[in-house]
Amino acid sequence: MSEQSSNHEQGHPGVGTYLTVAAVLAIITLVEVGVFYVPAFQNILAPVLLTLSGAKFVLVVGFYMHLKSDHQLFRVIFTVPLLIAIAVGVALLFLFGVVTLT
Amino acid sequence: MSEAVAGHYTSTGLDSRKIGLWTFIGSECLLFGSLISTYLVYKGKSVVGPTPQEILNIPLTSISTFDLLMSSLAMVLALAAVSRGDKVWSRVWIATTAFLGLVFLGFQVYEFTSFVHEGLTLQANLFGSTFFVLTGTHGAHVLAGVIWLLTLLVRSFQGKLGPEKAMNVELAGLYWHFVDVVWIVIFTVVYLLQ
Repeated sequence: MSEQSSNHEQGHPGVGTYLTVAAVLAIITLVEVGVFYVPAFQNILAPVLLTLSGAKFVLVVGFYMHLKSDHQLFRVIFTVPLLIAIAVGVALLFLFGVVTLT
Repeated sequence: MSEAVAGHYTSTGLDSRKIGLWTFIGSECLLFGSLISTYLVYKGKSVVGPTPQEILNIPLTSISTFDLLMSSLAMVLALAAVSRGDKVWSRVWIATTAFLGLVFLGFQVYEFTSFVHEGLTLQANLFGSTFFVLTGTHGAHVLAGVIWLLTLLVRSFQGKLGPEKAMNVELAGLYWHFVDVVWIVIFTVVYLLQ
Protein backbone atom coordinates (compact mmCIF):
# COMPACT_ATOMS: atom_id res chain seq x y z
CA MET A 1 0.00 0.00 0.00
CA SER A 2 2.81 2.39 0.82
CA GLU A 3 4.23 1.68 -2.61
CA GLN A 4 0.86 2.51 -4.06
CA SER A 5 0.73 5.77 -2.15
CA SER A 6 4.21 6.82 -3.24
CA ASN A 7 3.36 5.89 -6.83
CA HIS A 8 0.16 7.84 -6.46
CA GLU A 9 1.87 11.23 -6.42
CA GLN A 10 4.33 10.39 -9.16
CA GLY A 11 3.87 12.68 -12.13
CA HIS A 12 1.48 14.96 -10.26
CA PRO A 13 2.44 18.63 -10.31
CA GLY A 14 3.71 20.27 -7.12
CA VAL A 15 1.99 22.85 -4.93
CA GLY A 16 3.85 25.65 -6.75
CA THR A 17 2.36 24.57 -10.06
CA TYR A 18 -1.13 24.36 -8.52
CA LEU A 19 -0.80 27.93 -7.20
CA THR A 20 0.50 29.22 -10.53
CA VAL A 21 -2.40 27.58 -12.39
CA ALA A 22 -4.87 29.11 -9.90
CA ALA A 23 -3.36 32.56 -10.46
CA VAL A 24 -3.58 32.15 -14.25
CA LEU A 25 -7.21 30.95 -13.96
CA ALA A 26 -8.09 33.98 -11.83
CA ILE A 27 -6.39 36.36 -14.28
CA ILE A 28 -8.15 34.79 -17.28
CA THR A 29 -11.52 35.13 -15.50
CA LEU A 30 -10.79 38.81 -14.82
CA VAL A 31 -9.84 39.32 -18.48
CA GLU A 32 -13.06 37.57 -19.58
CA VAL A 33 -15.22 39.86 -17.48
CA GLY A 34 -13.16 42.89 -18.56
CA VAL A 35 -13.52 42.01 -22.25
CA PHE A 36 -17.29 41.62 -21.76
CA TYR A 37 -17.57 45.27 -20.66
CA VAL A 38 -15.26 46.82 -23.29
CA PRO A 39 -17.32 48.05 -26.29
CA ALA A 40 -14.35 47.72 -28.65
CA PHE A 41 -14.38 43.94 -28.19
CA GLN A 42 -18.09 43.47 -28.97
CA ASN A 43 -17.45 42.41 -32.59
CA ILE A 44 -14.95 39.72 -31.62
CA LEU A 45 -16.46 38.86 -28.24
CA ALA A 46 -17.40 35.26 -29.10
CA PRO A 47 -14.00 34.06 -30.41
CA VAL A 48 -12.11 35.88 -27.64
CA LEU A 49 -14.29 34.51 -24.84
CA LEU A 50 -14.35 30.98 -26.27
CA THR A 51 -10.54 31.01 -26.57
CA LEU A 52 -10.13 32.21 -22.97
CA SER A 53 -12.69 29.69 -21.74
CA GLY A 54 -10.90 26.93 -23.68
CA ALA A 55 -7.61 27.92 -22.04
CA LYS A 56 -9.18 27.63 -18.57
CA PHE A 57 -10.70 24.28 -19.50
CA VAL A 58 -7.34 22.90 -20.65
CA LEU A 59 -5.54 24.20 -17.54
CA VAL A 60 -7.99 22.59 -15.11
CA VAL A 61 -8.19 19.29 -16.98
CA GLY A 62 -4.45 19.14 -17.66
CA PHE A 63 -3.06 20.17 -14.28
CA TYR A 64 -5.79 19.78 -11.63
CA MET A 65 -7.26 16.57 -13.12
CA HIS A 66 -3.67 15.44 -13.93
CA LEU A 67 -4.63 14.46 -17.47
CA LYS A 68 -1.41 16.00 -18.77
CA SER A 69 0.75 13.57 -16.81
CA ASP A 70 -1.63 10.67 -16.18
CA HIS A 71 -2.05 7.45 -18.17
CA GLN A 72 -3.02 7.89 -21.81
CA LEU A 73 -6.10 5.68 -21.37
CA PHE A 74 -7.73 8.35 -19.18
CA ARG A 75 -7.14 10.93 -21.90
CA VAL A 76 -8.90 8.68 -24.42
CA ILE A 77 -11.81 7.91 -22.06
CA PHE A 78 -12.36 11.64 -21.50
CA THR A 79 -11.56 13.07 -24.93
CA VAL A 80 -13.68 10.74 -27.09
CA PRO A 81 -17.03 11.52 -25.36
CA LEU A 82 -16.05 15.19 -25.17
CA LEU A 83 -15.48 15.32 -28.93
CA ILE A 84 -18.75 13.46 -29.54
CA ALA A 85 -20.57 15.98 -27.31
CA ILE A 86 -19.01 18.91 -29.20
CA ALA A 87 -19.86 17.30 -32.56
CA VAL A 88 -23.47 16.69 -31.52
CA GLY A 89 -23.71 20.28 -30.27
CA VAL A 90 -22.35 21.74 -33.51
CA ALA A 91 -24.64 19.47 -35.57
CA LEU A 92 -27.67 20.66 -33.57
CA LEU A 93 -26.70 24.30 -34.08
CA PHE A 94 -26.58 23.75 -37.85
CA LEU A 95 -29.75 21.62 -37.83
CA PHE A 96 -31.77 24.32 -36.04
CA GLY A 97 -30.29 27.10 -38.17
CA VAL A 98 -28.55 28.84 -35.27
CA VAL A 99 -25.31 28.66 -37.28
CA THR A 100 -25.19 28.69 -41.07
CA LEU A 101 -22.35 28.34 -43.56
CA THR A 102 -23.42 31.40 -45.57
CA MET B 1 -5.60 -11.85 -5.55
CA SER B 2 -6.32 -10.14 -2.23
CA GLU B 3 -3.84 -7.35 -3.14
CA ALA B 4 -5.55 -6.89 -6.47
CA VAL B 5 -8.90 -6.56 -4.72
CA ALA B 6 -7.48 -4.21 -2.08
CA GLY B 7 -5.90 -1.97 -4.71
CA HIS B 8 -8.81 -2.29 -7.19
CA TYR B 9 -6.30 -2.92 -9.97
CA THR B 10 -7.33 -3.94 -13.49
CA SER B 11 -5.34 -5.86 -16.12
CA THR B 12 -4.12 -2.46 -17.34
CA GLY B 13 -2.43 -1.86 -13.97
CA LEU B 14 -4.72 1.11 -13.42
CA ASP B 15 -7.16 1.53 -10.55
CA SER B 16 -10.59 0.30 -11.66
CA ARG B 17 -12.34 3.01 -9.64
CA LYS B 18 -10.38 5.69 -11.46
CA ILE B 19 -11.21 4.17 -14.85
CA GLY B 20 -14.85 3.99 -13.74
CA LEU B 21 -14.90 7.61 -12.66
CA TRP B 22 -13.29 8.83 -15.89
CA THR B 23 -15.90 6.83 -17.81
CA PHE B 24 -18.62 8.47 -15.72
CA ILE B 25 -17.09 11.89 -16.44
CA GLY B 26 -17.09 11.02 -20.15
CA SER B 27 -20.82 10.26 -19.93
CA GLU B 28 -21.34 13.53 -18.07
CA CYS B 29 -19.72 15.35 -21.00
CA LEU B 30 -22.56 14.03 -23.15
CA LEU B 31 -25.20 15.06 -20.59
CA PHE B 32 -23.93 18.61 -20.21
CA GLY B 33 -23.16 18.79 -23.94
CA SER B 34 -26.82 18.12 -24.68
CA LEU B 35 -28.04 20.64 -22.08
CA ILE B 36 -25.69 23.37 -23.33
CA SER B 37 -26.66 22.62 -26.95
CA THR B 38 -30.35 22.86 -26.03
CA TYR B 39 -29.72 26.23 -24.37
CA LEU B 40 -27.92 27.49 -27.48
CA VAL B 41 -30.57 26.17 -29.88
CA TYR B 42 -33.34 28.04 -28.03
CA LYS B 43 -31.25 31.12 -27.28
CA GLY B 44 -32.97 34.34 -28.37
CA LYS B 45 -36.18 32.51 -29.30
CA SER B 46 -38.25 33.51 -26.25
CA VAL B 47 -41.34 35.42 -27.31
CA VAL B 48 -41.78 37.03 -23.87
CA GLY B 49 -39.31 38.32 -21.27
CA PRO B 50 -37.34 38.42 -19.14
CA THR B 51 -34.37 38.05 -21.49
CA PRO B 52 -30.79 37.21 -20.48
CA GLN B 53 -29.71 40.82 -21.07
CA GLU B 54 -32.37 42.09 -18.68
CA ILE B 55 -31.78 39.67 -15.87
CA LEU B 56 -28.30 38.11 -15.73
CA ASN B 57 -26.00 39.58 -13.07
CA ILE B 58 -22.45 39.35 -14.44
CA PRO B 59 -20.55 40.85 -11.44
CA LEU B 60 -22.27 38.47 -9.01
CA THR B 61 -21.69 35.42 -11.21
CA SER B 62 -18.06 36.43 -11.75
CA ILE B 63 -17.56 36.22 -7.99
CA SER B 64 -19.20 32.79 -7.78
CA THR B 65 -17.06 31.63 -10.74
CA PHE B 66 -13.93 32.81 -8.95
CA ASP B 67 -15.16 31.02 -5.82
CA LEU B 68 -15.51 27.72 -7.70
CA LEU B 69 -12.09 28.11 -9.33
CA MET B 70 -10.51 28.64 -5.91
CA SER B 71 -12.34 25.56 -4.60
CA SER B 72 -10.49 23.55 -7.27
CA LEU B 73 -7.21 24.92 -5.92
CA ALA B 74 -8.23 23.88 -2.39
CA MET B 75 -9.10 20.42 -3.73
CA VAL B 76 -5.67 19.77 -5.25
CA LEU B 77 -4.03 21.09 -2.08
CA ALA B 78 -6.18 18.62 -0.09
CA LEU B 79 -4.99 15.76 -2.31
CA ALA B 80 -1.36 16.84 -1.87
CA ALA B 81 -1.82 17.03 1.93
CA VAL B 82 -3.48 13.58 2.13
CA SER B 83 -0.76 12.05 -0.07
CA ARG B 84 2.00 13.30 2.25
CA GLY B 85 0.06 12.17 5.35
CA ASP B 86 -0.57 15.68 6.68
CA LYS B 87 -3.82 15.15 8.62
CA VAL B 88 -4.35 18.74 9.75
CA TRP B 89 -3.92 20.37 6.35
CA SER B 90 -5.85 17.65 4.56
CA ARG B 91 -8.82 18.42 6.84
CA VAL B 92 -8.36 22.16 6.35
CA TRP B 93 -8.31 21.92 2.55
CA ILE B 94 -11.15 19.40 2.28
CA ALA B 95 -13.28 21.59 4.57
CA THR B 96 -12.29 24.69 2.55
CA THR B 97 -13.31 23.00 -0.70
CA ALA B 98 -16.68 21.96 0.74
CA PHE B 99 -17.20 25.45 2.19
CA LEU B 100 -16.45 27.14 -1.15
CA GLY B 101 -18.87 24.70 -2.80
CA LEU B 102 -21.55 25.71 -0.33
CA VAL B 103 -20.80 29.38 -0.99
CA PHE B 104 -21.28 28.73 -4.72
CA LEU B 105 -24.61 27.04 -3.98
CA GLY B 106 -25.58 30.04 -1.84
CA PHE B 107 -24.91 32.35 -4.79
CA GLN B 108 -27.03 30.09 -7.00
CA VAL B 109 -29.94 30.00 -4.54
CA TYR B 110 -29.80 33.81 -4.30
CA GLU B 111 -29.68 34.12 -8.10
CA PHE B 112 -32.58 31.70 -8.65
CA THR B 113 -34.68 33.41 -5.97
CA SER B 114 -34.10 36.88 -7.41
CA PHE B 115 -34.87 35.64 -10.94
CA VAL B 116 -38.16 34.13 -9.80
CA HIS B 117 -39.05 37.43 -8.11
CA GLU B 118 -38.30 39.22 -11.39
CA GLY B 119 -40.63 36.89 -13.29
CA LEU B 120 -38.22 34.33 -14.73
CA THR B 121 -39.46 30.85 -13.88
CA LEU B 122 -39.07 27.41 -15.45
CA GLN B 123 -42.31 27.98 -17.35
CA ALA B 124 -41.94 31.71 -18.14
CA ASN B 125 -40.20 31.33 -21.50
CA LEU B 126 -37.65 29.23 -23.42
CA PHE B 127 -34.77 31.07 -21.75
CA GLY B 128 -36.16 30.25 -18.29
CA SER B 129 -36.68 26.58 -19.15
CA THR B 130 -33.23 25.99 -20.63
CA PHE B 131 -31.42 28.22 -18.13
CA PHE B 132 -32.89 26.63 -14.99
CA VAL B 133 -32.49 23.07 -16.29
CA LEU B 134 -28.83 23.66 -17.26
CA THR B 135 -27.68 25.60 -14.21
CA GLY B 136 -29.92 23.59 -11.87
CA THR B 137 -28.40 20.31 -13.08
CA HIS B 138 -24.96 21.78 -12.52
CA GLY B 139 -25.97 22.98 -9.05
CA ALA B 140 -27.20 19.47 -8.20
CA HIS B 141 -23.77 18.15 -9.19
CA VAL B 142 -22.09 20.72 -6.92
CA LEU B 143 -24.35 19.61 -4.06
CA ALA B 144 -23.41 15.95 -4.66
CA GLY B 145 -19.75 16.99 -4.65
CA VAL B 146 -20.14 18.85 -1.34
CA ILE B 147 -21.76 15.78 0.24
CA TRP B 148 -18.91 13.59 -1.09
CA LEU B 149 -16.33 16.01 0.38
CA LEU B 150 -18.09 16.08 3.73
CA THR B 151 -17.99 12.26 3.90
CA LEU B 152 -14.24 12.45 3.25
CA LEU B 153 -13.94 14.98 6.06
CA VAL B 154 -15.79 12.66 8.44
CA ARG B 155 -13.52 9.75 7.39
CA SER B 156 -10.51 11.96 8.06
CA PHE B 157 -11.71 12.77 11.59
CA GLN B 158 -12.28 9.03 12.10
CA GLY B 159 -8.59 8.53 11.22
CA LYS B 160 -9.47 6.58 8.07
CA LEU B 161 -8.04 8.93 5.45
CA GLY B 162 -4.30 8.31 5.46
CA PRO B 163 -1.89 8.39 2.50
CA GLU B 164 -2.96 4.85 1.57
CA LYS B 165 -6.44 6.27 0.90
CA ALA B 166 -5.23 9.12 -1.31
CA MET B 167 -7.02 7.58 -4.29
CA ASN B 168 -10.36 8.22 -2.53
CA VAL B 169 -9.50 11.93 -2.40
CA GLU B 170 -8.23 11.91 -5.99
CA LEU B 171 -11.53 10.43 -7.20
CA ALA B 172 -13.54 13.09 -5.36
CA GLY B 173 -11.14 15.67 -6.79
CA LEU B 174 -11.66 14.46 -10.36
CA TYR B 175 -15.40 14.82 -9.94
CA TRP B 176 -15.03 18.24 -8.33
CA HIS B 177 -12.72 19.57 -11.04
CA PHE B 178 -15.09 18.30 -13.72
CA VAL B 179 -17.94 20.24 -12.09
CA ASP B 180 -15.64 23.29 -12.15
CA VAL B 181 -14.80 22.73 -15.82
CA VAL B 182 -18.50 22.52 -16.72
CA TRP B 183 -19.09 25.84 -14.95
CA ILE B 184 -16.23 27.42 -16.92
CA VAL B 185 -18.16 26.57 -20.11
CA ILE B 186 -21.56 27.61 -18.69
CA PHE B 187 -20.19 30.95 -17.45
CA THR B 188 -18.90 31.79 -20.91
CA VAL B 189 -21.76 30.41 -23.00
CA VAL B 190 -24.71 31.51 -20.85
CA TYR B 191 -23.51 34.61 -19.00
CA LEU B 192 -20.88 36.28 -21.18
CA LEU B 193 -22.02 35.36 -24.70
CA GLN B 194 -25.45 36.96 -24.49
